[in-house]
Amino acid sequence: MTNLIEVSSVSKAYGGVIANHDVSMVVPEGGITALIGPNGSGKTTLFNSIVGYHPIDSGSIKFQGQEISNLRVQQIARLGLLRTFQQTRIYGKMNCVQNMLISVPQRNASFADMFRKFPPEVTERAEHLLEFVGLYSKRKLLSGNLSFGQQKLLEFAMALMNEPKVLLLDEPTAGINPTLINGLIDRLKLANTEFGITLFVIEHNMRVVMNLADNIYCLAHGEMLAHGKPEDVQNDQRVIDAYLGAH
Amino acid sequence: MKNKIILYGGTLAFGILGPMLFPAYISQFTVLWLMVVFALTWDIMGGQMGYNSLGNIFFFGIGMYVCAIVQVGMYYDVAEYTAYSGEVKVAFTPAQHFIGFAVGLLAAAVTASLLAVAFGWIVFGLRGPYFAIGTLGVAIAAGELMGAWDYVGGGGGMSLPGFPGESDGSTFYYVLMFLLAIATFLFLRWLYASRFSLAINAIRDDEEKAEGMGIQTNRYKTVAWSISAFFLGISGGIFGNMTGFIEPLEVAFPTVTFGIFMVLMALLGGKGTLWGPILGAVLFHVIKELTWTYLLGWQWVALGALIVINVVFFQQGIVGWMQERWPEKFGIEVDEPIDADNVRQREAAK
Repeated sequence: MTNLIEVSSVSKAYGGVIANHDVSMVVPEGGITALIGPNGSGKTTLFNSIVGYHPIDSGSIKFQGQEISNLRVQQIARLGLLRTFQQTRIYGKMNCVQNMLISVPQRNASFADMFRKFPPEVTERAEHLLEFVGLYSKRKLLSGNLSFGQQKLLEFAMALMNEPKVLLLDEPTAGINPTLINGLIDRLKLANTEFGITLFVIEHNMRVVMNLADNIYCLAHGEMLAHGKPEDVQNDQRVIDAYLGAH
Repeated sequence: MKNKIILYGGTLAFGILGPMLFPAYISQFTVLWLMVVFALTWDIMGGQMGYNSLGNIFFFGIGMYVCAIVQVGMYYDVAEYTAYSGEVKVAFTPAQHFIGFAVGLLAAAVTASLLAVAFGWIVFGLRGPYFAIGTLGVAIAAGELMGAWDYVGGGGGMSLPGFPGESDGSTFYYVLMFLLAIATFLFLRWLYASRFSLAINAIRDDEEKAEGMGIQTNRYKTVAWSISAFFLGISGGIFGNMTGFIEPLEVAFPTVTFGIFMVLMALLGGKGTLWGPILGAVLFHVIKELTWTYLLGWQWVALGALIVINVVFFQQGIVGWMQERWPEKFGIEVDEPIDADNVRQREAAK
């Protein structure tokens, strides 16, 4: 199994606060990798570094062997490395289908493409994916009027529309009604198996993580604390201490 | 469909019959269509893309100057022509005049678009209010720079070659401005039906998200601005010829009048809609002319009150308000429809 993302000794500080220190990790192709850690341990910072949201202080980030730490957000997204946001972000004044349509992959978008209309098969795909996340009947509604959980589902569908190679999900189940979480886990797994999208997930909900991931990294105080299979990490005393505040 | 015929037919009939029935007001009608072009082009950025430019008047003034320079420069030396501030009377044959004018308009449109690309490269790094102030700065600086440039007559301005023949050309300029407004409208209607509109709407709603999805936001922003500039450049060329005399602060770069009117008209009619800016421009122009005629001395107060009412009570503008009131008439769905699709969906969910 090749590694899609390779992070080696990445450090990132905000002023005097060291958010990530000498962090190294890999995301193998085809799997579901999870990143856990207590609040403020630097998970989102690491995410932001990977997707090019801010420059890193030192280290290297490679995507499919290509150095991406010096690329801008759009360029990285066009390579097929996409992220969703912790605070859900959708285009609120457009309806769901429009949100989906404008999320088509931009990899080979030419200048003239800007003025083209969307072919019917793209609209069909958009509606199909909306059905996949259970928003089909709301497809014509303004996305800003959807509930938070529905917006999260829409954002997930938009990400699928973009046909990424890797999808970075920042707390996909946060703020979602617990009864819907199982449905979401199933869909994430389906995205992984059916659409062949490698997933890299930040998640607080341990039940979700243990269910979903086949590979877990644990950050604490900006440093990589532990790494392994779910059961190994679950039983790792250092991880338990970090979560209980002993670290 | 029926509504559309009434809307398009009514506008067309108004555009053709208006000046025929009231020939004394023909230059007012010309300015009306100029206002429509202003509001429509401002709305590409301000309404559809969420970038409130206060400096779009820059392209109007640039178009005016470029057109004038080309018109004169094709046959005479511009510096010599402007040196005597209009005392040198030049005689163009009608053919010379119209060819010069046509080339001038083309040059105005192209130059304005290219400058939009160049300035976009600088100001698109600014967001929100900073963008508004940055663009305003560009427009004001351009006016001051033109005022200091003797080649185009400096602050004293520059008179344009007169319209050939007996007529003052008011009908000609009216037709031209009317056609420009129609062309702008049709172009935007086509543009807003393509993925371009979704992309710039996405930038309006959440630019960071759009970047995160790989949309080439800078490309869209630059093209949007140069489309505005293209039509504004032409409108400047026509307006300059119509007034016959151009100078930097009042005619070419009037930031506090035309420059602000663009924004107000789009806000009044409803920004981010196709018809809103048109409606806003017509209403605004009529109200402005009425207050200038019947409330002289208080006209700015009346206009100010209108702006306050607009901004405080209905920020979404007239068409925006109508969309909220009767969403189904605009094809916007606010409620989940109960139809076969839903039933299918619910069945599938079980």
